[in-house]
Amino acid sequence: MRKNLNVIAAYSIMMGLIILVGIFQSWNIALSIFNLCLISAVMTMGANIQWGYAGLINFGIMGYTALGGLAAVLISVNPVQEAWSVGGSNILLSLFLIIGMVLAIRYVLKKYDKSKLRTYIIATIIISGIILVRFISEPGIEAIEEVNPAKTGFLGGFGLPIIFSWIVGAVFAGGLAFIIGKVALGLRADYLAIATLLISEIVIAIIKHEDWLTRGVKNVIGLKRPAPYEVDLQQTDWFINLIEKFNFSKLNLIQDFSERQSALNQLVIEGSSIFVKLCYSGLFLVVVIILLILTQKALYSPWGRMMRAIRDNEEAANAMGKNVVKQHLLIFVLGSAIVGIAGAMLVTQDGLFTPGSYRPMRYTFLIWVMVIVGGSGNNFGAILGGFAVWFLWIEAAPIALFVINLTTSGLADTHFLKQHLIESVPYFRFLMMGIGLLLIMRYRPKGILPEKIEIK
Amino acid sequence: MDFINAIILLLNYIFIPALTYGSQLALGAIFVTLIYGILRFANFATGDMMSFGTMAAILFTWYFQSLGVSLGVLPTALIAIPFAIIFMIFYMLLIDKFVFKYYRNQKSPPVQLAMVSIGVMFVTQAVVRIIIGPSDRRFFDGEKFIIKAGEFKEITGLNEGLAIKSTQILTILVTLILVSTLFWFLNKTKTGKSMKAYSDNEDLALLSGIDPKKIVMITWIIAGILATIGGTLYGLDKSFKPFTYFNNMLPIFAAAIVGGIGNPFGAFLGGYVIAFSEIFLTYAYKKFFMYVLPESMEPDGLVQLLSTDYKFAVSFSILVIVLLYRPSGIFKGKVL
Amino acid sequence: MAFFEGNKMTGGYGNGPDIIHSCSVTVDRGEIVSILGPNGAGKSTAMKAMLGLLNLKSGTVTIDGKDISNLSPQDRVKQGISFVPQTKNVFAGMTVEENLEMGAFLFDKDLKKLIDDIFDLFPILKEKRNQLVGELSGGQRQQVALGRALMIKPSVLMLDEPTAGVSPIVMDELFDHIIKVKKTNVAILMVEQNAKQALNISDRGYVLVTGENRYSGTGKELLNDSRVRSSFLGG
Repeated sequence: MRKNLNVIAAYSIMMGLIILVGIFQSWNIALSIFNLCLISAVMTMGANIQWGYAGLINFGIMGYTALGGLAAVLISVNPVQEAWSVGGSNILLSLFLIIGMVLAIRYVLKKYDKSKLRTYIIATIIISGIILVRFISEPGIEAIEEVNPAKTGFLGGFGLPIIFSWIVGAVFAGGLAFIIGKVALGLRADYLAIATLLISEIVIAIIKHEDWLTRGVKNVIGLKRPAPYEVDLQQTDWFINLIEKFNFSKLNLIQDFSERQSALNQLVIEGSSIFVKLCYSGLFLVVVIILLILTQKALYSPWGRMMRAIRDNEEAANAMGKNVVKQHLLIFVLGSAIVGIAGAMLVTQDGLFTPGSYRPMRYTFLIWVMVIVGGSGNNFGAILGGFAVWFLWIEAAPIALFVINLTTSGLADTHFLKQHLIESVPYFRFLMMGIGLLLIMRYRPKGILPEKIEIK
Repeated sequence: MDFINAIILLLNYIFIPALTYGSQLALGAIFVTLIYGILRFANFATGDMMSFGTMAAILFTWYFQSLGVSLGVLPTALIAIPFAIIFMIFYMLLIDKFVFKYYRNQKSPPVQLAMVSIGVMFVTQAVVRIIIGPSDRRFFDGEKFIIKAGEFKEITGLNEGLAIKSTQILTILVTLILVSTLFWFLNKTKTGKSMKAYSDNEDLALLSGIDPKKIVMITWIIAGILATIGGTLYGLDKSFKPFTYFNNMLPIFAAAIVGGIGNPFGAFLGGYVIAFSEIFLTYAYKKFFMYVLPESMEPDGLVQLLSTDYKFAVSFSILVIVLLYRPSGIFKGKVL
Repeated sequence: MAFFEGNKMTGGYGNGPDIIHSCSVTVDRGEIVSILGPNGAGKSTAMKAMLGLLNLKSGTVTIDGKDISNLSPQDRVKQGISFVPQTKNVFAGMTVEENLEMGAFLFDKDLKKLIDDIFDLFPILKEKRNQLVGELSGGQRQQVALGRALMIKPSVLMLDEPTAGVSPIVMDELFDHIIKVKKTNVAILMVEQNAKQALNISDRGYVLVTGENRYSGTGKELLNDSRVRSSFLGG
């Protein structure tokens, strides 16, 4: 029971902090923090499965997040007919070629024993395949990128509701993880970390530079939403009535009709943005709860026990006949898929896809800070880590500004040191994250909510 | 004549830049490998530590410039480097004392130390950005070229110019001197050998009376020298931007692993392996073929194997190939 | 009073339970003493206690009448106590000569002469002086390990299962080398699994059971003792 008290206390404090932001800053800010906390929580759950359950270091979280975002684009954007007609066939042909290449390599791998000859054959297939693909795809890509480059210049997507991308994002990320896992999972922990970090950089490079698929750094904006648009809400009767009812007493104090009307308008505008955010909160909350139930069930299942056994003593588990490599691959794929969902959720909420914004500090290392601070191996801990660290990440700048103003209050506003520090405020969040991580690792190495396995 | 032009072209755009870049990577890779061999963890703060050292060098350079001190044709940064190194070593020893020492004494697993180094990465990155800001900075002064392309064309009468930047020669020379001194130290002096022994077999080194505290301190000192010089040379040759330095960690790690992690000589060569592959694969050979092939066979495209945007893919591919076929690295790891 | 003594030592690793109970071991210069016993009897622990690798709850360790119970292993090395661990007892990535140099890390004087002395004792090492130890055979490696430990001209040499995992021929050779070392007036203390062979070359032996002295005597006495034979020497 005491353990549950800890959890409840930690979460109450967290919610309390967000509510405080709502009261003192604004409910809009509080809700955007809350929504990103939920997305962060999904990401940490994915990372926690890999690190906490299986001890795998995955420094490629950024890559899976971006793939999830890409899925959101490819699902929701309407297909660009013109681009398809000028370059679609070349792209499809290239795609078939790549599939053919993979099948050919698989065939060679199965058919021949490991030998120099086999290596050469595979190398030949890969090199000639790449040359052929480039040869075929290049004119197609050029043609596609020339189709109205200011607005499209890419193939577009399937024009489906964006919510589907949450599943597709998971599939994309899981698929990539499967390929990476096949190659890299046998590596030592620190090599795996480097390899995954490199891969995530490559994924970002592809997304940034393959304009025909992703529009690259030109960004994709105005993605369709699963939630209503503010402008529409502001015109809808039931919503205006709802806001009116909500603020009835406040509005009644205003006697003048036109003043009353403009106050109501103001409230409706504010309310619409809050309402939209609440819609997202609801959707995200459903995802978090479903994932939490699933991961908790998994953790306490025989499979979860086996995973922990493998993590704590790989050799012994191996000797007991558990297929460690296969289980690692499975968990690597599952964890990455969850991160992919989060990536799609993120783009869904923002309504835009900006490949240039994917940076390893924000999307890989920050997530790791969340997992470690929250408590690796404990799902409640991971979610809490996502909340707490994201909250601090956002509120770091105001806190830093406050501290700077306090400590330099003796200096004139024009003093160069004070000005320099105030300009540097955005970077204090890195400092806080670093020091926070170091303190937690030193004094509470198992995180705020440590892993605790009940024996039932 | 065309053949000579083609050679000059390759020298100018591939060989000299790759040698320079390789030297910069090599210093970083030796840094990684030393810390891995002796302190036994993968240091994810590598790029940021290098950026910290470079920042110190830039600050001292500004200071000397403001005093009117200069080396004439050579960059002022050269006078700043020794001071920057002292500053850097002080920072590293401070971090070791307050962060890494605890985990070393606890005999924590390497993975935990690697995680701790991420904390250090965050802190160092913040400190650098707070002090000097995140923007791109050039701090090179002095004579920029040893040979300008135009001059070279005039002297030789060739079509193709060869431009050698003074920073390129400086980088290569300084790296060679630094690395030979380091290898002399590691292989010939008693302290150097005791570092090798400590890296090889910690328990036996302790039984032989080798003082671990001294070894750790010397490691950080050498690491500080390598990181500062490597980072400053890179900054002089290209420019200083904290984010670029952070990203440089990837090819540096690849170089260290390819060379066999824990083996400084391997790391040294690994730096060049990565640099040459990266530049070879991302160079557009169109002009080269225009010189060597008859006019009728001249290529239409750029003849670029890989877009420069995908340079990380080169590091990664080499890494994967090496790890699949020679997991201990090309030059066998774990021998300092 | 013997040259090197562990008296009534009691202790264990860290805060764990006691592994040795009031265990006493003595050895004199120019003498080989073996510690024998079944698995888990605390043989290695007794030796490590004398080296200072674990904290004693009670008992003393003395060398030449001097109490060294509170010295760290490194400081005991300075008193002339050398130790060869059972595994990882060489610097595999370094040359033979470098291994020997590292053995004399604490002593600056006359490195050349010290190394030549070791080469006289183990001639094969002279041939392989510039080879990496990792590339040597098992027997040669053990010689490097012995050589490294002898570089400080120790008065006491402690060996933890020197013959573990080597072939019978190599084992005989190694024992020959150990006898050679003994003749240079070194006190040799070793823990051994190959009890019969060890007792053959030992002047005295101790049999430990559950961390306590059970039997002790000269090598011959123990070899001929029927109780010892039946329980530890396989009849």
